[in-house]
Amino acid sequence: MGTWIMAGVTFREAARKKILWMAIAAGLAFLALFGTGLHYQMKDLAARGMNPILLKQIPGTMLMVGLYAIDLLTVVMTVLVSVDTLSGEIASGTIQAVATKPLPRWQIVLGKWLGFAAMMTAYLALLVGGINLITYAMARVTAHNVPQGFALMWLESVLLLSITFFFGTHYSTLTNGVLALGLVGLAFLGGWIEQIGAVTSTTSAVNVGIVASIIMPSEALWRRAANSMQSPLASVLNFSPFSSASLPSSTMVVYAGVYAAVALFFAIRSFSRRDL
Amino acid sequence: MMQAGESASTTAGQIAAQPAADLAIATRGLRKVFDGKVAVRSLTLEVPRGEIFGFLGPNGAGKSTSLKMLLGLVAPTRGQATVLGHPAGDVGTRRKIGFLPEHFRFYDWLTSAELLRLHGRLYGMSHASLRQKVPELLDLVGLAEHAGKRLRDFSKGMLQRIGLAQALLNDPELIFLDEPTSGLDPAGRRLVRDIIKAQRQRGATVLLNSHLLSEVEITCDRVAFIKHGEVIETRDLNSLLEGQTTVLVRASNLTPEMAAGVEKWASSVALQDHQLTLAVPSREALPEVLRYLISRGAEIYEFTPQRLSLEERFLQIVGSEGGL
Repeated sequence: MGTWIMAGVTFREAARKKILWMAIAAGLAFLALFGTGLHYQMKDLAARGMNPILLKQIPGTMLMVGLYAIDLLTVVMTVLVSVDTLSGEIASGTIQAVATKPLPRWQIVLGKWLGFAAMMTAYLALLVGGINLITYAMARVTAHNVPQGFALMWLESVLLLSITFFFGTHYSTLTNGVLALGLVGLAFLGGWIEQIGAVTSTTSAVNVGIVASIIMPSEALWRRAANSMQSPLASVLNFSPFSSASLPSSTMVVYAGVYAAVALFFAIRSFSRRDL
Repeated sequence: MMQAGESASTTAGQIAAQPAADLAIATRGLRKVFDGKVAVRSLTLEVPRGEIFGFLGPNGAGKSTSLKMLLGLVAPTRGQATVLGHPAGDVGTRRKIGFLPEHFRFYDWLTSAELLRLHGRLYGMSHASLRQKVPELLDLVGLAEHAGKRLRDFSKGMLQRIGLAQALLNDPELIFLDEPTSGLDPAGRRLVRDIIKAQRQRGATVLLNSHLLSEVEITCDRVAFIKHGEVIETRDLNSLLEGQTTVLVRASNLTPEMAAGVEKWASSVALQDHQLTLAVPSREALPEVLRYLISRGAEIYEFTPQRLSLEERFLQIVGSEGGL
């Protein structure tokens, strides 16, 4: 029961503090920009009498660019909305009045986590759903396997959420944000090193990338997501943030899931044991 | 739930004989060390149910940390504590506990009524009982008009009031109040005193942590002086009147003869203008003294037995390290 109350409070807080509405407004603005760009692109291509294969390929690429931006936005948004929730309330003492109520501490953490997870799910669904709808409406193109891509991006968001929660029980808000986003940057760089290494057949570089993914599997999840969402042809032709010169294994996806669960488990454990 | 007035007048002598179940709080050798720094050295304390108990001590004496250990917010480094017969921090027991933290902060995006409803839900109260309880409490703490106002627009005193209401939601058996009057004006302080009195009548136990000695003096049955996280001394404020008492008499026509006349009951007498201060070994003598003064024609405006000054004792204990 306590878990649901805390989840509700978390959601309500985001709505009341306008975080939720601002995120939705920014998401809609993003979709509007994408739609406008795609509209002019399609108009131009049609006027030029482009061949039908390219006529599908170009909006498909634009869609992947859009999805990549959504992925980055979601990762950053996940960290931003949740970074202060534990460390901030511990520092201000706000948590004291809640933690002395008859609910175990794990329910406070899990409830908040669920609230943010629900929020990020809705956010991601709005953006991924919206961009696919727009592209379909204008160009009769959608991502190849939307549910799978969505699930992988969702896992990426949930992973970041759990990590931010874990750091939130140990460090101040600012340190927490620096650490979480620092890890995202590390994974991003590692992902590129791995791709370039794969193209140039440099095994050590690929291994550096894999190690980076083990430390932080967020980028690996995006590459899996990109791979499942673009057409098999495009994934072979392109060398881009969506290419799969070195595709992370499905073991890496399982690893990321376990990583998220373990991070949440330790966040709960550390919050339950620490002095407030 | 306890009956009104139950064991409200328990004296220090009886406490040792209290069975554990009758104790609201019992600690033995409770200790807390933060990063090598001792916050509470060794707190041993017994508070019977129904008592209004005051915690006195200078800043940094470990009062708040002690409270936090009793509430389960802070884990003791060593020692034992039971609260309402269960280990401190027991989740089920928290259903019977109310707490007003020292720096009361809460989600300031909530309105005061929403805050109470949320806390009520966390206590496991039903929507139906909250519909009745929330307006009642808002009324009690004088915030009925501000039910729909967000906490971010509240003054410090108003926050303190809503914090107090929040601590009373569940009709607690034990209430921890950490500096409940620090942000309040005299009317607010009076309100807190009245609320504590009402809780006593309900049979609840109150642990009051306050810097304001006068508040403690008026409100509490017993006080503990804390220094470096140890109880230096506990005092029964109700029994102070039984022993040596100092009486202050204000009258318009006091004479040296009258002062000499009361010497047979008093161990010391001092007359200054319209004020006579006398110390009597037993309060039984007070009616005699009063009758004598009236019979000699004194026009008496005030006849007040003084409680032994807590302030004096506090300063003795705190010594030069003080720093209220």
